[in-house]
Amino acid sequence: MRIEIVVNGDRYVKEVMADLSLLDFLREVLGLTGTKWGCLTGDCGACTVLVDGEPVVSCLQLLRQVEGRDVTTIEGVEHSGELDEVQAAFVANGGAQCGFCTPGMIMSTEALLRANRSPSESQIREALSGNLCRCTGYSKIIDAVLQAAAERA
Amino acid sequence: MAPSCCQVRVGPDLNGAAEVGSDRWDGRAMPASQVDEFQVIGKRVAKLDAPAKVTGRTVYADDLSMAGLLEGAILRSPHAHARIRSIDVSAAEQLPGVRAVIYAGNVTQRPFGYSHDNLPLKRDKVRFIGDEVAAVAAIDEETAKAALSMIKVDYEVLPAVFDPFEALEETAPVIHDERPDIVGNLSMRWDYDAGDVDEAATRAAVVVEGDYSSPQAAPVPIETHVIVASFDPDGHLTVWSPVHMVFMYRKELADCLGLDWRHITVIQPSVGGSFGGKIDIDSHDFITVLLARHSGRPVRLALSREEEFTGTRTRQPIHFHLRTGADAEGNLLFRDAEVVSDNGAYNAWGSHAMLVAMNTVTSMYRVPNSRVRCSVAYTNKNYGGSVRGFGNPQATFAVEQQMEELADALGMDPMDLRLRNANQSGDVTPQGLEITSCGLSDCLRIVREQSGWDQRRGTMRGRHRGLGAAAFIHVGGGARIYASDGCGAVVKVDDSGEVTLITGASELGQGSETVLAMIVAEEMGIPIDSVRVVNSNTDVKPWDVGVHASRTTFVAGNAARMAAAAARDKLLETASELLETPAGELRVRDGVVEVAADPSRRIELGRVARRRLLREGGGVVMATAFYDPPTHNQDKDYRGNISAAYGFGAHVAEVEVDPGTGMVRLINLWTAHDVGRAINPMSCEGQIEGGAAMGIGLALSEELVIFDGEIVAPNLHDYGMPTAVDVPRTVVNLVETVDPLGPFGAKGVGEAALIPVPAAVANAVADATGVRPREYPMRPWKVKAWIDAGESSHASRRAAEPADKGGGDNG
Ligand code: FES
Ligand code: FES
Repeated sequence: MRIEIVVNGDRYVKEVMADLSLLDFLREVLGLTGTKWGCLTGDCGACTVLVDGEPVVSCLQLLRQVEGRDVTTIEGVEHSGELDEVQAAFVANGGAQCGFCTPGMIMSTEALLRANRSPSESQIREALSGNLCRCTGYSKIIDAVLQAAAERA
Repeated sequence: MAPSCCQVRVGPDLNGAAEVGSDRWDGRAMPASQVDEFQVIGKRVAKLDAPAKVTGRTVYADDLSMAGLLEGAILRSPHAHARIRSIDVSAAEQLPGVRAVIYAGNVTQRPFGYSHDNLPLKRDKVRFIGDEVAAVAAIDEETAKAALSMIKVDYEVLPAVFDPFEALEETAPVIHDERPDIVGNLSMRWDYDAGDVDEAATRAAVVVEGDYSSPQAAPVPIETHVIVASFDPDGHLTVWSPVHMVFMYRKELADCLGLDWRHITVIQPSVGGSFGGKIDIDSHDFITVLLARHSGRPVRLALSREEEFTGTRTRQPIHFHLRTGADAEGNLLFRDAEVVSDNGAYNAWGSHAMLVAMNTVTSMYRVPNSRVRCSVAYTNKNYGGSVRGFGNPQATFAVEQQMEELADALGMDPMDLRLRNANQSGDVTPQGLEITSCGLSDCLRIVREQSGWDQRRGTMRGRHRGLGAAAFIHVGGGARIYASDGCGAVVKVDDSGEVTLITGASELGQGSETVLAMIVAEEMGIPIDSVRVVNSNTDVKPWDVGVHASRTTFVAGNAARMAAAAARDKLLETASELLETPAGELRVRDGVVEVAADPSRRIELGRVARRRLLREGGGVVMATAFYDPPTHNQDKDYRGNISAAYGFGAHVAEVEVDPGTGMVRLINLWTAHDVGRAINPMSCEGQIEGGAAMGIGLALSEELVIFDGEIVAPNLHDYGMPTAVDVPRTVVNLVETVDPLGPFGAKGVGEAALIPVPAAVANAVADATGVRPREYPMRPWKVKAWIDAGESSHASRRAAEPADKGGGDNG
């Protein structure tokens, strides 16, 4: 089927299989490999992207369900080569170790900070509870989110 | 909430922290002021690879693309134990898009693994659900999966055994009937004696005895295993693999598949976590290479999450029957451990978890007499690997609970009992471990004070709260398990003045790259951002055993430091000519060589490199080093100093137990770790916080639930790995004892923090409820049953002594 979609501000028109997932579209068709996968069952959050600003696990999302919508991936977060506040805070606070959960974590954080400009620690934990991280124990990720929120405020 | 970190030595939450350590500090301790003399060491340096990671630019194995890449898939055994009568791949081969179908009948392969008891593609028998039987390479994943479903395997199902105690009984089905060298399923024995335990027991005022068990658990990196293999037209093989013992990997690939190891390059892409799960070679690695060879095309094999649980290595359950005895003053007299390790279907390195577990039995605190009798059993289950902590969480769960049981029996405070028996710098343990630096007592005092131990332990049962402690010992200066425990390093300075470290060590996300760059920067007097680290290609990097046993900072760090010092000396030699000053009177700061007495006379390091290079008869600045720690392979009695340094630490856990549901909530975790020297405190904290979270998962929720050999729910939802809402902030204290051999005094910390968590949580549950946990994870329904029964219902289980002790491999 033919599909039209906006990813990171760029409009794409592509011929695809009807059962293609958003994740496979991003990684395989567009080559945007910044979005990761760790389960394909909706449990790890590594594949999180934003669809019209809302966090979505792209492994469970059929591409045709987001037809015509606006998708943002980790590649679309930085502004002309500069890290945004969330990314910079993850770097500065040690929020990324192996980095495999990081793109998903950052996308969930972006969504959180759009909805809540100064989240409490427990709100952050709640918002990130769908993103598993095996490396950090979450503390430094939470520090990063708190710092990014403070900088944006 | 206060930040979890603390800088050097003691946590911010500890008022009057300086006093805690100052007058009791080991003589070698570095005054905190001296840390300021370092330019890079001790700073909170962000990971060098972090910008690439936060922007999605980092390339992991599944992000690689290459022309003609095929997708691989593995057919796995649905039976726990079965004889393979026949395999028919003809239909699968006919499917359009299939480029190779392989099984034992059409490949060349030799046994691999520690006991050479495993084949990449099983020939006669399968021994667990998930065992590899056949594999396909096809133009895409769907075709590969369709082809798998067309392979016909005729199995004769055999009786299976899942319980290690039953497996060791004479009547049990024999899993490796092809091994005449062993008796039944007893795959290995670890017997150790120091002193005379029986005599010591006659002198003991108090003896505690009990059973302690652990579950089969999984490392669960968020990235599953992904391997890519490709043969050049000239036959040279390149494998992209997340493995972190790359040089051994190359040799084992060659040995098993009959390849020439001079024609194998192993490249490690960025790794999305390992925790030991990706440590060494496995069937899926060989299979990927075989598929590439049979198809003549590059092949990618990406394991699904389900396969990651069912088909990659796990943490082995280890059952301890332990006795500890002390005299009336609380001096430990002996430890006596009967151990059964349930290592599953094959002997990977996981069969050696006892190597590290034994150190804890013999050498955690001063114990003059100890005895270990350990049987490693084959069972028809997914087999054990080298998961972070490697046998030590299991041993510490037993040893550290008995410290609190013993203290209670003696009417002593458990912290006083620990301090009385604590290891000290300069000790040589009966097993021969040479403890060159030890901050155990300080770690214990710090967590005791921060947790309010003296005021609160034993007083909160009415509120269903409790405090529990546990300490640990772990190798922190390499672990000699191979003829060499070394690592090579090359430091080069080219005309740009940029410094490149080429190290044998691998980065897995733990931050070794950054720590090694910091060591080089400090040694050479240059800013951290002028160091690049190259570490991923066996054609380029010098030999290293690999990343395991928390050895990288220590071993690769020393190698990097040695090479950096040699490169700096070459530069100083040239600078000395240029500045007409003896090299001994020069110093390097921030990339500039200056005359110490007159800093206005200075020259930038890059210029020095160019002046040395760009002249007739000039030379490039390049220095190499190889560091092999001064340790010994243990002898046949398991004696010998396996590591050049040992890490120590102590945790206190505070829990609240809901008596109605049995739910255990971890409220606080205070930790203090003797890291020798915190090269990068942020990185040390990251390892400790991450390790602690993994330990919390082990303690409370993580377990592969297995029925009849089948992992019931091999998915992330059911496995029980902690999420952001499940773990509290860990309070981290870094204690610096400045190890005499560590690079700038540093010791390994990678595995440390998870080791004592199950024990500390169990002790806290005992304090809160009066019921002693005998196994973990301490899931609600178990804890509830223990509370209701007034005791944990764990039956005492002990294996019979083998008739022939020499039956198994000696470890
Ligand atoms: S890959 Fe989508 S949630 Fe795990
Ligand atoms: S940084 Fe490795 S999983 Fe989060």
